[in-house]
Amino acid sequence: MSQPQPAAAPPDPQRLESLVSDLLEEARRRGASAAEVGVSADTGLSVNVRMGEVETVEFHRDQGLGVTVYFGTRKGSASTADLRPEALRETVQAACDIARHTAEDPCAGLADPERMAREIPDLDLDHPWGIDTERAIETALACENAARAHDARITNSEGAGVDSHRGLRVYGNTHGFLGAYASTRHSVSCSVIAGSAQGMQRDYWYTTARDPAELEAAEAVGRRAAERAVRRLDARRVQTREVPVVYAADVAGGLLRLFLGAIRGANLYRKASFLVDHLGKRIFPEFVRIDERPHLPKALGSAPFDAEGVATRERTLVEDGVLRGYLLDSYSARKLGMETTGNAGGVHNAIIEPGPHDLDGLLRAMGTGLLVTELMGHGFNLLTGDYSRGAAGFWVEGGEIRHPVEEITVAGNLRDMFLGLAEVGNDVDLRSGVRTGSILIERMTVAGE
Amino acid sequence: MSNTLEIAKSRILEPSGLAESDLDRVFGGLLGPSVDNADLYFQASRHESWSLEDGIVKEGSHGIERGVGVRAISGEKTGFAYSDEIVLPALLEAAQAARAIARSGGEGRVPVRRPRTGNDLYAPIDPIGTLPAADKVALLHAVDAEARRLDPHVREVMVSLAAVHDVVLIAAADGTLAGDVRPLVRLNVTVIVERDGRREQGSYGGGGRFGLEYFTESDRALGYAREAVRQALLNLDAVAAPAGTMTVVLGPGWPGVLLHEAIGHGLEGDFNRKGTSAFSGRIGERVAAPGCTVVDDGSIERRRGSLNVDDEGTPTQRTVLIENGILKGYLQDKLNARLMGMAPTGNGRRESYAHLPMPRMTNTFMLAGPHDPAEILASVDRGLYAVNFGGGQVDITSGKFVFSASEAYLIENGKVTRPVKGATLIGNGPDVLTRVAMVGNDLELDAGIGTCGKDGQSVPVGVGQPTLRIDGLTVGGTQA
Repeated sequence: MSQPQPAAAPPDPQRLESLVSDLLEEARRRGASAAEVGVSADTGLSVNVRMGEVETVEFHRDQGLGVTVYFGTRKGSASTADLRPEALRETVQAACDIARHTAEDPCAGLADPERMAREIPDLDLDHPWGIDTERAIETALACENAARAHDARITNSEGAGVDSHRGLRVYGNTHGFLGAYASTRHSVSCSVIAGSAQGMQRDYWYTTARDPAELEAAEAVGRRAAERAVRRLDARRVQTREVPVVYAADVAGGLLRLFLGAIRGANLYRKASFLVDHLGKRIFPEFVRIDERPHLPKALGSAPFDAEGVATRERTLVEDGVLRGYLLDSYSARKLGMETTGNAGGVHNAIIEPGPHDLDGLLRAMGTGLLVTELMGHGFNLLTGDYSRGAAGFWVEGGEIRHPVEEITVAGNLRDMFLGLAEVGNDVDLRSGVRTGSILIERMTVAGE
Repeated sequence: MSNTLEIAKSRILEPSGLAESDLDRVFGGLLGPSVDNADLYFQASRHESWSLEDGIVKEGSHGIERGVGVRAISGEKTGFAYSDEIVLPALLEAAQAARAIARSGGEGRVPVRRPRTGNDLYAPIDPIGTLPAADKVALLHAVDAEARRLDPHVREVMVSLAAVHDVVLIAAADGTLAGDVRPLVRLNVTVIVERDGRREQGSYGGGGRFGLEYFTESDRALGYAREAVRQALLNLDAVAAPAGTMTVVLGPGWPGVLLHEAIGHGLEGDFNRKGTSAFSGRIGERVAAPGCTVVDDGSIERRRGSLNVDDEGTPTQRTVLIENGILKGYLQDKLNARLMGMAPTGNGRRESYAHLPMPRMTNTFMLAGPHDPAEILASVDRGLYAVNFGGGQVDITSGKFVFSASEAYLIENGKVTRPVKGATLIGNGPDVLTRVAMVGNDLELDAGIGTCGKDGQSVPVGVGQPTLRIDGLTVGGTQA
């Protein structure tokens, strides 16, 4: 089979850099007192197989450009996925037109020039896989076959996939900052269905990394997906009650993300967070430490500079359980009378310090309670901290898993849940820019029968 | 109506220097003996949004998206490539990539094009231009002023206004040639109130496929502000929600998100072809109480979830999913309909040219029943009355679904008493509607703000229902 390869000519940094410079110049010509332009270009291949056959082969080629102009303290923004010259002119014009109608806002503007990244450290984020369609299909088939062969109770499949992406990000502003970095991300995933007289259960597993050499073996991903689906069979409900709850590492990241959302500048200056005015206050037990480490080589959340060109740097968010830092961009920082923390565009590797025990150790510490392995819905309110989500997992007694559980909710208030954080596991999930092991929470309300 | 096809041609093909005969060349490169179908999806889209907070309009943004997606289908296999340049060489290259899915080569055939006439549900306008920028800013200020006027406890008001002008042109190897011009507008208000150190929020919004004047007609947008303030003030008095399984009365309109999660997703054709849905193979079986009829209707005028033709060029329609409690049908795109030996239902939708179409919902709702809503509430000794919701989610394989209440009250002895804090409700899709004890006579559709996500693709949708009493739904509060 002769396969054309994805339009994989890597994006040309020089072309995008000169595009950014040209547009900054164009914004100036139209009278903007300051401007910033970000461009990203991504190429990729996605292959999905299902029941031993190829299902989809997709060639991705995405690009996008965003421009923000300032006329004094009035701001206008525009973006385009169409990089033809006429679309670019229309985009700059649109941003300028909008800035004529927005209000003077003394906090608006570029980040301060002295905060711009002076050098761009090489964070080892760019590892092209060079996988062709045929090999991607073979890898996906190996993954799905391993899942389907793993257990006779695997009755159906949603398939397995291989994804490989390479992207280039370029950002420049009228302070003279112009930075670029390339990064890759690859993954192998599998989702299968187990069946019994009681019904079907689906579960999945995936591996993802910047360097394909760090991916789990495709067969191991398939087997893990199969194990996860089978162990959910014949799930029951439990009685409504208050119990301790362990969040497995892959769902515990969601809890940590809610904390990160509550210390985001935009939620703080709007007073839309339950952690407003908590800097210097204890919000976790004393053993909890959370750091941001933007320069970890190869890590999924690493970035040499943020979305405003501000140099990222290592910092501590929580120390001895006390809130030590917020996540601010330049706008929210000015609104709060503070300095940007280099978090325009988000957090770069937030890591909660792991404890000494693995998941089994946490279950033993819990004794009787609920192990949550899946959460559903969006039932949380960062303003009040109220939290109520659908869940599935396992009932635990005497530190051991007794039976799978489904159709229940777990509820509490994030303020109490954070203070009631009893232990962090050492089973750290490295598959995202938010890293945590499993987490034991002392007490939550489980609603069921 | 073929008017929209002419508009689409003039907006997409002409500026790119493409003639209809160029499409023949692309299909010539796409089609071969083992290619069952192929299509080209051209899109030219512009959007604009404005936002207000702290009493000033701080931000506005404008966006352009333009490109073409090329798909070739062979059996159950799909090859897909896209380009953000609508020019012939890029199209031919994408076609070559997409058709590689079919293992054997062969002579291309050129389809005989049959322009499809779709519905005529909304005006083919560019809503961005329906109000001058200064008036958009004034509208946001008016909403802000109304919210602050209503109650001294209002601390923050955030208002956003968005308009999208989406023009699509769809050409398929089965001869389909269809165009659509899809306006979409939306206005949202969020307020934060504070009293005695307690802070709560409330949100409301609306929209649909029309111009921005919709929001100024009969001061509609000011009504959104009043509704957001009402909800936020109510939350100041809310007590902890109960936990456990109980009778739940759902209000009319937006609580129809229940049907979207519990029923709709599980009836999408792809899951049922693959046998991965809890509803697979259950057509003709009872899945709801008598009196429950659920439809998906993409052909309602001016609704957010409506389309003249779906993203494969199939005209939208009303599809009965459940009739008087019996499962009747699935939501189909062309691929899954063909593989299941069924007819497409106009539910093939995609987020953009850079995404593959899938079976998706449009406007999903339950038809009205016989009961007065007051009679329904009076029939409940103890339970929860939930009238506003945030989002939901479903596991279509196990059938478990959740949706989160943002405004709810206790029902005690047939009376609505205290407001309770938001809580997630969880249930099992294939049996939740068998527990419907009463169906109200007050069918409402939502105000026009719904967005559905599936496989990472977002599309606008609508939901609706009359007041419903469900005997036995799990409420995830904190009061065990």
